[in-house]
Amino acid sequence: MSDVQAIKHIKSRTVVMATRDIDTDQILPARFLTATSRDGFGKHLFHDLRFREDGSAQANFPLNDPAAVDCQVLVAGNNFGCGSSREHAPWALLDFGIKAVISTEIADIFRNNSLKNGLLPIVVDDETHQWLLQNPGVSVDIDVAASTLTLPNGQSVDFPIDEFARYCLIEGIDQLGYLQQQFGKIDSFEEKRSWTP
Amino acid sequence: MAPETQETPAVLYIDLHLIHEVTTPQAFTLLRERDLPVRRPDQTLATMDHSTPTIPGASFKDLAIVSESAANQISQMQRNCVDFGIDLLDFDSVDRGIVHVIGPEVGATQPGKTIVCGDSHTSTHGAFGALAFGIGTTAVGHVLATQCLLQRRPKTLAINIEGRLPVGVCSKDLILAIIGQIGVNGGTGHVIEYRGDAISAMDMEARMTICNMSIEAGARAGMIAPEDHTINYLQGRPWAPSGADWDLAVGRWRKLTSDDEAVFDKTVTIDAANLQPMVTFGTNPGMVIGINDPVPDGSDDPSFRKALDYMQISPGQPLTETSVDVVFIGSCTNSRLSDLQQAADILEGRQIAKGVRMLVVPGSQQVKKQAESIGLDKIFVGAGAEWRESGCSMCLGMNGDTPDSGLLSVSTSNRNFEGRQGVGVRTVLASPMTAAASALSGKVADPREYI
Repeated sequence: MSDVQAIKHIKSRTVVMATRDIDTDQILPARFLTATSRDGFGKHLFHDLRFREDGSAQANFPLNDPAAVDCQVLVAGNNFGCGSSREHAPWALLDFGIKAVISTEIADIFRNNSLKNGLLPIVVDDETHQWLLQNPGVSVDIDVAASTLTLPNGQSVDFPIDEFARYCLIEGIDQLGYLQQQFGKIDSFEEKRSWTP
Repeated sequence: MAPETQETPAVLYIDLHLIHEVTTPQAFTLLRERDLPVRRPDQTLATMDHSTPTIPGASFKDLAIVSESAANQISQMQRNCVDFGIDLLDFDSVDRGIVHVIGPEVGATQPGKTIVCGDSHTSTHGAFGALAFGIGTTAVGHVLATQCLLQRRPKTLAINIEGRLPVGVCSKDLILAIIGQIGVNGGTGHVIEYRGDAISAMDMEARMTICNMSIEAGARAGMIAPEDHTINYLQGRPWAPSGADWDLAVGRWRKLTSDDEAVFDKTVTIDAANLQPMVTFGTNPGMVIGINDPVPDGSDDPSFRKALDYMQISPGQPLTETSVDVVFIGSCTNSRLSDLQQAADILEGRQIAKGVRMLVVPGSQQVKKQAESIGLDKIFVGAGAEWRESGCSMCLGMNGDTPDSGLLSVSTSNRNFEGRQGVGVRTVLASPMTAAASALSGKVADPREYI
């Protein structure tokens, strides 16, 4: 958690999960949340979609497709990451090898958690999204500094990203360091506040 | 504490940090790695609720914790609280319970406070006019170490509720109807303010149910302006101010309302007077209908079809034909005394249907004690239900309280996601009254037939 890796550029083929409203319970079911480190959640990623109840792989699940091996970019249906605040969801995606998620909408807490861990949440327009959903496995190029997603035909699409989050991603800065620099201000805020615990 | 700029988010000072065993271990590890203390143990309220057993009568030493890793997580929470000087409401505490039930109960939740917790249902505390929202574990570490959080200003959404709720329809039905109307992403990026006659008429527990499920509409938080109900609820609670401080606090709290001329980014109006009891038919809380309405046909939409396939429900019929296997009354949404009372009123003098398993899990040990003092436990047990110790229990089944795969559960909790209550479990979200009526009938049932 203390080491945030700088992330500037992602070039990868895509894997597609077109379903809308994929929630964090599907990304990482609650029974796997009893771990006390942040490592190793990748093997449980999308567990109940990826595996049958007997433990065998679900053949038609996109991440089980041999073509999806090494794909670092997940294209998902609208409103990805809704539900629980579990940061274990982005940890699982990253541990599995996913570095960016593209959708038309990404839930707030999931987006914030992702940015703190170097998983890039990318929101694109409907047209780009539809094209990506219909063309799984295409190669895309993501430039974090420029905030652009480049499609195989060379077309470049801008995506919004908070400036501070982008700066932290590119420089590999973790936000706790930034907050620690504010200790002086926090002290005086606590002295002046209208109530005391 | 510091306003946002184009380049940097606001530094938001956190007045109350709620912590539990599941989303904190990695945050405490971060503090140890950096040799940082917890800045404000006195503004940190710690309990254990998610993986804790609810089997009654077990002694604390030999509690049936579901797995070795859950037991390890629980003992790590105990150790972290000792090492960092935080008072933990442990197994033997009379105040232990679900974090979003006990915060208000001890009076720690107060108007105007900023409140966070590594749990998305932190929005519950907005019922008191607090700004309260869920955060991830890295942010939990930030708050433990600095009592601050980096945040961008959210957009605002006003939800006006006109008219009063009819008999047999409660705040759970209202919030389900709101989510059905605006969608599970209707609140994304926004903080909701709930206003109007139906809200003013509600007691604090009903308001908590509304704000609790704000996150199910994707909202960052949900709030209700503080007024007499809020102030009366808090007076005399252990964490609430007392004496001269109480008067000063009340003076501040009464000012915490939106201005008459306030402009919201978005406004939605809902008519409460015509609402029916609501039930979900799909795999997110926005897939919801009135109890007597037919399940809609969305078969040209693959996500919709996938949800109905999972639920084994066909379009065109109301859910009242659907057989029920399990009924769960509990969770941070509906486990407070008034929720239990509403369910007990339906069950009193009756027996649940043969083959139905019903679990009643109070939200806290205090709720449990209060319910027992007025005999609710006897009504539940007499009707054939199980009466448990407090905890999150079957809302997410982390403690082993899970139905078998394929079973249909009518639940007063907040999420009907695939697998939320256990692998393959099919969840129908409903009010405590509807859940109790369904237990009696053995099918999803309209509580108004039992009132």
